[in-house]
This record gives sequence, structure tokens and C-alpha cells, in this order.
Amino acid sequence: MKKTHIFALIIIAVAAGIIMSTAGDASTYVDFTQAEELALNGDNGSIHVVGKLKKDTHGQIVGLQYQPEVDPNYFAFTLLDNNNREQKVIYQSPKPQDFDKSEQVVVIGRMEKDHFAAEKILLKCPSKYENGELETTEFKAATL
Amino acid sequence: MIHTAVGQFGHLFVILAFVSALVATFAYFKSGLTTTAPDEITSWRRFARITFFVHAAAVLGVVFCLYWIIGNNYFEYHYAWDNSSLSLPTEFVISSFWQDQEGSFLLWIFWNVVLGLVLIVTNRSWEAPVMTVFALVQAFLASMILGVIVPGIDLKIGSTPFLLLRESMPDLPVWKMNPDFIPADGNGLNPLLQNYWMVIHPPTLFLGFASTLIPFSFAIAGLWLRKTQDWIRPALPWALFSALVLGVGILMGAYWAYETLNFGGYWNWDPVENTSFVPWLVLIAAIHTMIIGRRNATALKTAFILSIATFILVLYSTFMTRSGILGNASVHSFTDLGLSGQLLIYLLTFTIAAIGLLIYRWKSLPSDEEEVSTYSQEFWIFIGATLLCLSSFQILATTSIPVYNSIAESFGVVLNLALPADQIAHFNKFQIWFFSLIIILTGIGQYFWWKRAGKEKLQVLYIPLMITLLISAAAITIGKVSNISYIVLLTASIFALVANGSILLDIIRGNYRLSGGAVTHIGVALMLIGILFSSGYTQVVSINNSGLMISRSEEFTANDNKENKENITLWRNKPERMNDFLLTWRDVRIEGRDVPGYIPMSWVEMIEGDFHAVAMRDIVVNDKVYHEKGDTLEIYPENFYYEIEYREPSGKIFTLYPRAQINPRMGLISSPDIQSKYNKDLYTYVSMVTNPTAEPQWSPTEEFTVAMKDTFFVNDYVAILENVVRTEEVEGVALGPNDAAVKAVIRVLDKEQEFVITPSFIIRDRAIGRKPEVSEELGLRIQFNEINPQTGQFTFAVNTTQRDFIVMKALEKPLINVLWLGTFVLIIGFIMATFRRFRDFVKMRDKEARETAAPKSPKMKPQRV
Repeated sequence: MKKTHIFALIIIAVAAGIIMSTAGDASTYVDFTQAEELALNGDNGSIHVVGKLKKDTHGQIVGLQYQPEVDPNYFAFTLLDNNNREQKVIYQSPKPQDFDKSEQVVVIGRMEKDHFAAEKILLKCPSKYENGELETTEFKAATL
Repeated sequence: MIHTAVGQFGHLFVILAFVSALVATFAYFKSGLTTTAPDEITSWRRFARITFFVHAAAVLGVVFCLYWIIGNNYFEYHYAWDNSSLSLPTEFVISSFWQDQEGSFLLWIFWNVVLGLVLIVTNRSWEAPVMTVFALVQAFLASMILGVIVPGIDLKIGSTPFLLLRESMPDLPVWKMNPDFIPADGNGLNPLLQNYWMVIHPPTLFLGFASTLIPFSFAIAGLWLRKTQDWIRPALPWALFSALVLGVGILMGAYWAYETLNFGGYWNWDPVENTSFVPWLVLIAAIHTMIIGRRNATALKTAFILSIATFILVLYSTFMTRSGILGNASVHSFTDLGLSGQLLIYLLTFTIAAIGLLIYRWKSLPSDEEEVSTYSQEFWIFIGATLLCLSSFQILATTSIPVYNSIAESFGVVLNLALPADQIAHFNKFQIWFFSLIIILTGIGQYFWWKRAGKEKLQVLYIPLMITLLISAAAITIGKVSNISYIVLLTASIFALVANGSILLDIIRGNYRLSGGAVTHIGVALMLIGILFSSGYTQVVSINNSGLMISRSEEFTANDNKENKENITLWRNKPERMNDFLLTWRDVRIEGRDVPGYIPMSWVEMIEGDFHAVAMRDIVVNDKVYHEKGDTLEIYPENFYYEIEYREPSGKIFTLYPRAQINPRMGLISSPDIQSKYNKDLYTYVSMVTNPTAEPQWSPTEEFTVAMKDTFFVNDYVAILENVVRTEEVEGVALGPNDAAVKAVIRVLDKEQEFVITPSFIIRDRAIGRKPEVSEELGLRIQFNEINPQTGQFTFAVNTTQRDFIVMKALEKPLINVLWLGTFVLIIGFIMATFRRFRDFVKMRDKEARETAAPKSPKMKPQRV
């Protein structure tokens, strides 16, 4: 066997290893029901759940719980997943800054007994990067 | 009045730029074809050049029009209204130019024009094929901002930055009442981008992106003209220039993130970062194969592949960040402007055309007669390039996860894959090992390159190896490095420092111009060491060990009470212990535009919805009066700085001012303040604050009637009426000779501290005045309401509010300065290498020019080095 061939084989092996590890480490988007099933089956990997904040009829967010004067590292809220299932989420860090303004919340973590323990929260806000959306247009009309 | 003309001119220039780019592509193509008659070639080329000049002028026109609109605050235009505002200082008006997609495309187009003109001037012999590629890229880019709707099929091409507000948002009711309505002010710039780095980072990054086109164009030209080796000489200096600029652009972004964002680092493995880093890694690999490509055919073929891949990866990066495909995966990608189809066509056109041409010409590329020796420099450099490619492949494979979802979706399969939850662990698993090997190879490669090592001369490597092991052993012990992968990376980096350093010393004695490679490698090794310590050994210093969470249930007792308690709450003026420091949050400060440092918020009265404030007292900083009481001064209305005093065990005090920005559209944004010492940074940011502009919400009034020395309870504090004394002075009230004033001295006891509150009771011109006193620390307002001489009792009205607090986090980042030092060394190395290769190119070009000038001289074979 020529050196080139050995070299090529090694590269292919490393590339295959990379692909397998990517597949293995990749997380998945699920809803809370699936998350619960995964946890019941003993799957401890971190998962992504996409949802919206629960709001009352006046558009006020309900179920937020953050008392920095008691404990700055405890933040709990209620998230509705895409099937409208309600779930308490606990995030053991300060409340993300523009949390109240977010239109969509992605929580990353795992399901515990009665709540979802989030390690990371991604927010989709009507920020400068995503302007021109109709939802914010209405708000703009009032401030023009 | 609506200024429609400037927008119409701008739009016209865009169309002209697009059309002229297409015409220039065709004309350059004709002049580069071998089938074109020789006498026609000259006229085609002249025509092509003129068209490209027209294109360049049109692009400058577009840039001018857009800047005119933004700079003159023409808020009737969507772009100006959306990205700028009256209060923006000039430097940020410039950066609002490229805040949106259209402007950043325009920036890219602009750089391509500049680079194209430089190439036309410096390199006549490659002009036709290289500029064909350039002009075609320009046509694609210009189409992105074309904003033309093809009639009949209703196909929208591009998104124009010259839309009027009434065109972009036609549904607003205001147009019915007043079609000429112009908003008084714009939305302003994203506060995170109001940073000097954001003025220079995007142009640098886009110049880096734009310049990757040059090695690509030369590779295509080499294939087209069958000059399979000659393209390398003119391409190499540009490839180095591109690596320099793109690298600097990426690092500027990293430094901006470190300084402005609050995730506590400079690299977040965000898809937007990764997709600019991957082309850079491939470009570095391309440069190395180009250097050895004139001696080794396998490397030459690889140089073709990698030069093409670099540009394709830049296009792929553009597609990823601008098509909306990243969706939930990235916090900072652009949204879909409806350009994803166009971007995909752009990506696929160049991918298919370039790969097609490469396959078509593959057989005519040279190949090696015998296998490369393991003891040759080519072998080791080639291995290094391969590792760089594997490293970039790993980053790309993971970052592309959202793309897999989209592809699967188009086949009707729902994948629902998400990026790894712990990205750092995922990437480290591979990258630490890849980079350990790569950095070792920089040393070995240099030893083989300068002929100091060879089959019989491997012993020259022993000395650097010995020195490395000695230094590493010391470093591991002193730095208490115990993680095995860190030990490997550290040792590898030290080896690279020693090996490249010894080579550098040798070369400098000969010709310092040739030492660019060694210098660059030393820079990378330093950066790796800096990254290793600053990221691997970041220490949270703000561990919350106050007893506050005792009240809470099992969430806190879980995990031995160790669950994320990395943030602490600070009450105003109440010292809190944190690690070795005693921390006190003193005040909220603001930033005056012409006053150095930060001034206490209480010194001014801010005007709502404006960027001015009125001075409530003389503004004196360092004994200099900047504004007198009553003056109006310009401020940055969104920026608030939290004065946090650190008292070291030695008693030394320093103050950090982390920033919180309150933006109506984005809420609260926090940026750190950093205390830099030579060996570590102390990084502090506020993770939560009460809104400093909000009026306090006072509770309903509660009245207390007490006698002297009585104790009463306010807001859970014990308060004692210590005394009532006559006073001659009440702040803010002028007392006449017949007036009288008394003040109550009330002691309020907090856990560790005692506060004195002194509300006043005034009899002035026979009328009663009361001056309450507010304690922000306690969230208390006490008013002296009544004196009852019969009973000897006093009545106080008390309101309470939320006490002011902040939540903050502090991190320690050891040896981060080594990273920045490495960055500088890297930049210097790249500059040296670029100059060296550019001189090589110029020498060769002038030599060829002399040969063509002397017509009878025999045709020379391509020069080998």
C-alpha cells in the first residue's frame, strides 16, 4: 500500500468520526410531551423546545417569577409549546434582559419531574436584526 | 418636503451598476477567449475596462446617495428611519450605513470595486480572465440590492435600500391623512452596535470577504488559460492580504464581543462567527499549498481546490447568515429579505461553474512522478494543510445542522435537529487536538523548510524539544494545569514558540523579510496559550454565598447548594463580600458627550425622549467646570453606568463602571467593564438592574405618631426618633429672619448599618412647609407632618418603595493579554509575508514586461523557484 493511500484512509476515518460525533452531539427540537417521554425513558441529553410566553387577554405575560432581592439566580416562567401545552420552566440564572419583549423563546435543557430545567435560553426579539416585521409595525404606527 | 430625487438617483445608479457589471463580464470574457481575433482583443478589453469604470462610478454613486440620505436624516426613507436617528454621533451614523443587509451588500460591492481597480492597474496580463470573474460577482451582488419587480411574473429581484417609508409600509393609516408625512426621528442604531469597534469591524470583515475573490479569480484564470502554475505568483500576496484582513476582521468581532456583550468571552461558537472562521482556516491551508504548489503537483491541485473552496465557503457563509435558514440557531443572523432564492443561485452558480471547470481541466494538471518523501518539507506542510481542512470541516459539519433540516424538509422528512446543547464541549473535543497538531507542525514544517532537518538530520529537532519539555514542565506546574488536553495544547504551543523562535533568530540575521512565516506562527502559538488560560481557567468570582436563598425550597438544596449561584445582588451603598473583595454599589452615572468619565445621574435632569439634559449643579470633573448649573448638555441618553467600588484586602480601592443600556426597542442591554492587569482581567457586568429612569412606585402613606426616643417599624426596619433640633439651613429653601425650621433625626437600623434620615418641618411666612427626605438605600421616604406641643408627640408620614439593587456577575480571565499580544504578532507576520510575496510578484511581472518589450527574445518557460 502506498503512503498516499494510508494517508487518504486516515483522513476518511477522521472525517467519519467527525460526522458521527456531530450526529451524536446534535440536540433535537421537541415539544414538552416528547420531552417528558424522553426523560421517562432515561434519556438525559439536552433538548430544545420552542415556545411562546403565556399571556393573558391583555397581552400581559403571566407566570413570571423573579425576585432578585430574594435570589438573583432563580427565574421561573410558563412556556406554551407549539402544541399549546403549558409547562413551568426553571432557569437558574438571572432573568434574561429583554425576556419580556421576546416573541419566541427557545429553551435548552431537560425535563425534570414537574418542570423543565433550562440551561440556556435563546430569545427571538423584534430586534434591529429582524426589523420590518408586521407585528412590530403596529407598534411603530403608534410612535410615528 | 419629501426628497424623492436622491432616492431615484440612487436606484438608477444601482440599475446602472448591475447592467454595467453584466456588460463588463461579457466584454472581459470576449477579450479573454483564445478564439477572439487578436486585433479585436484589444478593443474588447478597452471596452470592458471602460464599462468597469462606469460600474465603479455607479457604485460610488449608490454609496453617495445612501450616505446622503442617512447623513441628512431623510427619515422619509425606510433605511434612514430604521437605522439612524438625530441623536447619533457622526461615527455611528457611518456605521448605521451597513447595519441592514442592503448596506452591507453595498459595502461588499464597494470593496470589490476598489480591489478590481487595483488589479486592473497592477496586473495587466491577467486582467481579462480575472476581471471576468470579478464583474460576474459584481453583477450577482448588485442584483441583491436591485429592488426591481419583473412585470408579468411578479418576480422580485433584490431589495433596494432606497425605499420610501410609504412604499415599505403602505398599510400605515397615516398615509391616508397625510401622504407627505415624515417621521420626526428615526429608530436609531442598535445600542450594541454603538461601539467604535462596530465602526471598523464590518468594513474590515467585508474587505476580508471581498478579497477572497482574488485567489479564487486567479485560480479560475489559471485553469481557463491553462497557466496551471503561473497564477500562484500574483495570487499569493493577495491570499496573504486576504488572510490578514479577514483574520483581523474576525478578531475585531471577537474583541467587540468581549468588550460589549456579556457572555463573558470572545468566542461563542455562534453560526455567524463559525461561518466566517471556516473560510479563513481553508484560506490558510490554501496559502500553504500555494507556497509549495510550484514544486509539488499534489499540492498544486490542492491549491486549486482550496482557493476555490475559500470563496465558495464565503458565499455559503453569506447564504447561511442572510437567508434566514439559521432560524432559531443563531441570535444574530439577518432575517429573510426574500433573497434566499437569489443567494442560493449565486452560491450554486459559482460552485458548479468552478468545480465544473476544475474537473474539465483536471487531466491537464501536472502530476508527481514519484511519491513525496516523508522527510521533505512538502510532506509536512501538506499534512498541516490537511489538518487545517479537517478542523474547518468539523466546525462546518456542526454549524450546518440547520441546513440539514432544510434539505431534509424539502424531501418531506422532518429532522428537527438542533445544535449541540454544550457547544464548547462539542467543539473542544476535536479542535484542541487538531490545533495541538497544527501548532506542532508549524515548528516541524519550519525546520524542514529551512533545510535544517532532513532524513539524516532529525537530531536538529532534539534541542528545541528539550527546551520545550523544560519550559512546559515549569508552566504546567506553575499554572496548575491538570487537564490532559490542556497539557497537550500548552506543550504543543510552547514547542511552536521555541521552534519558530529559533528559526526566526536565524533568518533575521540573513534577510528579515523572509521571516513572516515564523512570526505568524509565533503569533498563533501565543494566541493558543492565551485562549487556553483565559477560557479554560475562567473563574467566577461573584459566587453568591449570602444566606438569602435559605428561604427557598429544594431547588437550592439540590446539588449540595452549588447550583448556579454565580450572580450576587448588591443593594445601594451596602457592602457585600465577594471572594477577596468588598463590593459596594455606589451610584448610577451617565455619560456626557463633552465631559470626561461618567457623571452621577443626580447631577442632571434628563429630558425625556431627547439626548440633552439640564445640569442641576455645576458639573466639575478634575477641578474643571464643564457646565454651570442650569446649562443644557448633550448626553448619551441610553447609557447608564453602575459605579461599583472594589475594596481589595490591602485596602486599595478601584471602581468599575459596567454599563446598562435602556433602549425602547430592545429593553435592557448590559455591557461589562473590565479591569485589565498584565496577568489577568477582572470582568464585571450587571445582569439585572431596576430601570434608572423609572419613577419610584411609592406605597400608600402610613402615619406614625411617636414621642422622643420612641421606636417604630418602617418597611421592616427599626426606626428610632432620636431628636428634633432647630436648624438654620434647609436645602433648597431660603429661610428669612422670621422663619423657623426644625428637623427630626431618625435613626434607621439595618442589619449591619445604621442610617440617619432628617426630614424638615418649616414655618415660613406663617405657612407650614414640609421637606421629606428619601433614602434610596432603604427605599424610604419620611415626611415630618406635625408637631403636637401638648402631647410632645410628632407625626411622620412614611412611604416605602422597592429598594434599589443590581444583580451582577464578575469573572477573572487569566492571561488574556497573551491572546491579544499573539494577535498583534500574527498581524505583523502576515503583513511581512504579504509584502514579501508582493515584491516577488512585482519582480516577476516587470521581468516579463521587459521580455515582451524585447520581441525577439525566446519564449521563456514558466519560472520555477
